[in-house]
Amino acid sequence: MTDPLVIAGRRFSSRLLVGTGKFRSHEVMRQALLASGSEIVTVALRRVDLTRVGEGDVLDFVPPAMTLLPNTSGAVDADEAVRLARLGRAATSADWVKLEVTPDPRTLAPDPIETLKAAERLVAEGFVVLPYCPADPVLCRHLEEAGCATVMPLGSWIGSNRGLRTRDAIEVIVSQSGVPVVVDAGLGVPSDASEAMEIGADAVLVNTAIAVADDPVLMAQAFALATQAGRLGFRAGRGAVLESAEASSPLTGFLT
Amino acid sequence: MSAPPGRFAQHVASLPPRPSEHTVDEALAHPSLATLPTLLSHDAQGSLERMAQQAREVTLQRFGRAVRLFAPLYVSNACLSSCTYCGFSKELAVTRRTLTVEQVVDEAQSLAQQGFRHILLVSGEHRIEVSKDYLVDCVEALRPVFPSISIETQTWSDDTYARLVDAGLEGVVHYQETYDRDRYGEVHRAGWKRDYDRRLASTERAAEAGVRRLGIGALLGLSADWRADVQAVAEHALWLQRTYWRTEVSVSLPRIKPSASGFQPVAAVSDADYVQAMAALRLVAPEVGIVLSTREPAVLRDGLARIAVTTMSAGSSTEPGGYLSPGEAQEQFAVSDERSPAEVAAMLEAAGYEPVWKDAFALR
Repeated sequence: MTDPLVIAGRRFSSRLLVGTGKFRSHEVMRQALLASGSEIVTVALRRVDLTRVGEGDVLDFVPPAMTLLPNTSGAVDADEAVRLARLGRAATSADWVKLEVTPDPRTLAPDPIETLKAAERLVAEGFVVLPYCPADPVLCRHLEEAGCATVMPLGSWIGSNRGLRTRDAIEVIVSQSGVPVVVDAGLGVPSDASEAMEIGADAVLVNTAIAVADDPVLMAQAFALATQAGRLGFRAGRGAVLESAEASSPLTGFLT
Repeated sequence: MSAPPGRFAQHVASLPPRPSEHTVDEALAHPSLATLPTLLSHDAQGSLERMAQQAREVTLQRFGRAVRLFAPLYVSNACLSSCTYCGFSKELAVTRRTLTVEQVVDEAQSLAQQGFRHILLVSGEHRIEVSKDYLVDCVEALRPVFPSISIETQTWSDDTYARLVDAGLEGVVHYQETYDRDRYGEVHRAGWKRDYDRRLASTERAAEAGVRRLGIGALLGLSADWRADVQAVAEHALWLQRTYWRTEVSVSLPRIKPSASGFQPVAAVSDADYVQAMAALRLVAPEVGIVLSTREPAVLRDGLARIAVTTMSAGSSTEPGGYLSPGEAQEQFAVSDERSPAEVAAMLEAAGYEPVWKDAFALR
């Protein structure tokens, strides 16, 4: 595997993580997950009905080869997030958790204070914690120091499809981070994923843009390609951005 | 004695008059409380399709291709209030029944078997038969099966909401019915519900007690100006969202249905008016849940699920005990959409929506 994404010691060839909300049906979701080529899929524990697993629950439609990343969506504080994570571990035997603490149902903006508190507790309990967080460089430092396996700063408001509005902050976070930076939330079109990858994000997580597309399967493929393209562009190293044109045949070349 | 005005009532009293001088195009370009009167106007009827398309986009963006399903469970039709439009009204000589907690659990189990995980306990207003302790017992008994439990009962002014939250209650629904004070006084003749300010402020008390989901609504056809009620409910929803920012707010706009009361609506709200109200509300309040019950006929429900509605009941009975032993007590009103929950779920799937049976986790 060349250029793998490494999270908590595990290697992944795809740098696109996907979500499972907002799809028109579980079957369309399953096809889109497969088309995405993704290896990590996040599932809201509040949508999982353990009494229905095996009878058409959302978990039954997650391709078995994918790594399941249960999330604590709906938790409003650290206590709830920790409790949900424990339930998720008991139910799925996955000790990875995507930590989401969103006390404001209108914006679903992540709560930096409660997220950090929950992260510290979950790491102490042996979880591999991937926290969804505001695009704040200092908070990301705290989360890394707390032992999180990644940081997952938002690109713009979750579900908004507004693109990489936090670009300047993400650049700082990328430059400082010792753990993978996964840009989560708000990426609306494939070129947004490319942009995040081009500036050095290690991975992106996309849900709404795929789920509400007219053709979610095609959009999943598009995001997969865009993520790869952005990564290659980052590794290739872009040329400098100049204020004015620089002729490829210099006018003063005759001086040498 | 009447309750003092709550915070929202004071807020409304402090608002300057809002003249609406917008064209329909302007209102569609900038939907807000200021342009809502235009969106609700006769003039905007000509742009109804455009409004519906715009509302659909907003709904899809925010809520995705998913509609949440819930079931009402009527626990009692005993009532000490006298409301001229309601089949449970105190002075009506109808068969009354209050379920025991065991009977509530039996009814709920039958709903769980049909797939429901979100349940709404509904009752008349009888603080002895449907007491705080009774409701706490119901919530505790249902908690193992239902991750989301809400109530639609009388309003409470003591620690009832806090105790119910402690027991695991997630949501409280109190419709103001009409925001027109004078009309409110005419149709609510006696009982707790007669007190306009007590009722309006009860939602605030519930939010302050830690309730996670608040439902509000207006009963269209109760007052002569249904547009004013839609405007007021939108104003109320957005104010609640701003003030109690941790709380999820949803709105319902039931239209008056035939009931034992014999009440006739004083304003006709046509199907087109109704769609317009729903679409306008969605544009002005993009993050507010919109709930639609089985009062409305199937064809309209199917259409509105594609435009603005985010939460639906299905297969409902409005009679206490009506799921397991129907016909033993008075129903609150006649339902129109009599399809089973499975049929409603199949309709949603065919329309390109996932029916969401579970969208919550046990709070306790």
